[in-house]
Amino acid sequence: MKLALFADIHSNLEAIVACLAHAQALGADRYAFLGDLVGYGADPVKVLELIERHAASGAVVVLGNHDAATIGRPVDVLNRNAQAAITWTRAQLGERQRAFLAALPLTVRDDNMLFVHASAVAPEEWAYVTSAKEAEQCMKAGKANYIFCGHVHEQKLYFTGAGGQSMPFRPVPGTPIPAAKHRQWLAIVGSAGQPRDGNNAACYALFDPGRERLTFFRVPYDHDSAAQKIRAAGLPERLALRVERGA
Amino acid sequence: MIHTGSMASIYRLTGPSGPLPLVMKIPRLGPGERAVNVVGFEVCRMVLGALAQGPHHPTLVAYGDVETVPYLVMEWVEGTRLNDWVPRAPLPPEEIARLGSAFALALQDIHRQDVVHLDLKPTNVLYRAGGEAVIVDFGLAHHSHFPDLLSEELRFPVGNWVYMSPEQTLGVRCDPRSDVYALGSILYELATGQLPFGRPRSIAELRKRLYCDPVPPRAIVPATPEWLQEIILHCLEVDARKRYASAEQVAFDLTNPSGVVLTERGSRQRRSGWGTRLKRRLRAVRFEPAPCPPPVRQSRSVSVIVAAIALREANRLLNEALRRAARSVCVADSDCRIACVTVVPPATALSDEGEENSATGRHIRCLVELRRWAKPLELPEERVTYHVLESDKPAAALVDYAKMNDVSQMLLGAPRSGGSRLIAGVCAHVVAEAPCTVTVVRPRSED
Repeated sequence: MKLALFADIHSNLEAIVACLAHAQALGADRYAFLGDLVGYGADPVKVLELIERHAASGAVVVLGNHDAATIGRPVDVLNRNAQAAITWTRAQLGERQRAFLAALPLTVRDDNMLFVHASAVAPEEWAYVTSAKEAEQCMKAGKANYIFCGHVHEQKLYFTGAGGQSMPFRPVPGTPIPAAKHRQWLAIVGSAGQPRDGNNAACYALFDPGRERLTFFRVPYDHDSAAQKIRAAGLPERLALRVERGA
Repeated sequence: MIHTGSMASIYRLTGPSGPLPLVMKIPRLGPGERAVNVVGFEVCRMVLGALAQGPHHPTLVAYGDVETVPYLVMEWVEGTRLNDWVPRAPLPPEEIARLGSAFALALQDIHRQDVVHLDLKPTNVLYRAGGEAVIVDFGLAHHSHFPDLLSEELRFPVGNWVYMSPEQTLGVRCDPRSDVYALGSILYELATGQLPFGRPRSIAELRKRLYCDPVPPRAIVPATPEWLQEIILHCLEVDARKRYASAEQVAFDLTNPSGVVLTERGSRQRRSGWGTRLKRRLRAVRFEPAPCPPPVRQSRSVSVIVAAIALREANRLLNEALRRAARSVCVADSDCRIACVTVVPPATALSDEGEENSATGRHIRCLVELRRWAKPLELPEERVTYHVLESDKPAAALVDYAKMNDVSQMLLGAPRSGGSRLIAGVCAHVVAEAPCTVTVVRPRSED
């Protein structure tokens, strides 16, 4: 089995299509979408239709804070641009998409894997995992060998050492990392639709549970089209620039 | 069983012959054994698995799961351990240079692949019959593409305390120059029969190397040549930034003793006085290890640019054109190193009219001329090196140099129309064979 993991797609159709094609070419046969499917980008409906099709054939999909905000659930204060995008997105979605989002779980557990958008400590509180300490708490609460999440847009891997403390690691794209199951691993797969580390290539990760290997990837895609659509939709210019620059 | 270490036992495998002779390494696990053994097993598997098959480390053939049957099957390296030379120390300088340069090249091969060994000791280095060094036991190694499973052991520096670098005693595990330090410690032992800092038994003793300098080898074995002391003490600098930047530079110096730039290190007769040591000790409290250099494959490494200068065919215009080319490369790439290289006929081919030291004299004259050529570039000392290669095949010598030193570009003077056929031939040969970009430089005013 090869499991492709996507997070923070943020209505970026070009990015998710490119990532899916990349993963399929590498033999991916299972998919997980780790929340924040919408918000920021200009293609919420098409992105949700695509993900719904994958969900129908068994893909894991969990809810993110932008998704929750879009369907009117209370979430913490979002910044002005995010809020503008949410309001715009809400107007785009039909009944079917709203129902799809409303039915999404906060976490999915499968064998020794846990899928969640933000920290597993309290998934509905949307806490960011940005330090080894927060990763440790997340791993303790998650109680799974492999925890896959998003929310933080940069790729990062945390693992527990023999002493129980968590160690951070910044993965090198394209290098398979041996991730043996006697340890605990927390992989933040990075944002597919809105990378923020200065590199505008989309992020995702591929996990091979049989061989216990986890590979992070960066996939260049047609970010120009994605940015143009954001401008054409009348969304804030900053959101288009972010997609173009990856920062 | 052929070896029992503190972390693992090694068995020789026999049976129907395969393409390689094999050994099996089984970590020592279970009650009373250290947790680091398991981690060492994982690290060894991860790092060996990632290294491209090559002559300088054993090839990993198979491995078992760490939870069920942990084992590693790898190539059995037929060879002599460096350890076997240690009892005979002090060794002759030529032998140290031979062993040391092969060792350094092997080290460079793993550093090139973003692996830092971090546990170098004479038992971990073997020499094949052909003289190539093989580095074994990657249980404590660091690979910059993988999570460092050992960084949690920071409280207690892992690795061999005898040869360990100062920054390793503080838990730094990502600097290839730490291996250069360990190489220097081993060369020190081979040259003197003594260990630079004895056998530390406590962390306090271990950290003495942060402020103490070792007794200079020449104070122990007066016959040690200055160049060898220079190389050894250059490797043993406390601050990684002051050491050789790469193992390959150590290899180069060991194979070209006459080219070693001698500093105060080479002629030092005694350790620094207690006053200096006290000052250093006070400063050591705030010792900040040098930041690790960026991984080779993640970012651009320092590129080596060769300026091939034909001194005998000295031509002011051409040399100026070469200098201009070198200057523009330096401006474009502010990290590159310029290696000024010239090729001279072998000493034995010289006519015997001069006195005995004529070869040395010529060598020095060439170095002086190379330095004069490079002076107007106004580069800091660490960015320029000078090399006089002896060969009656200049093109082959330049190509070999480029291969051995991972040169990224070579600047070469263009043959003049109607000029020496020899130069034209060299130029064509280098362009065809060199494993790097070759820029043929022609002075503008010449046509």
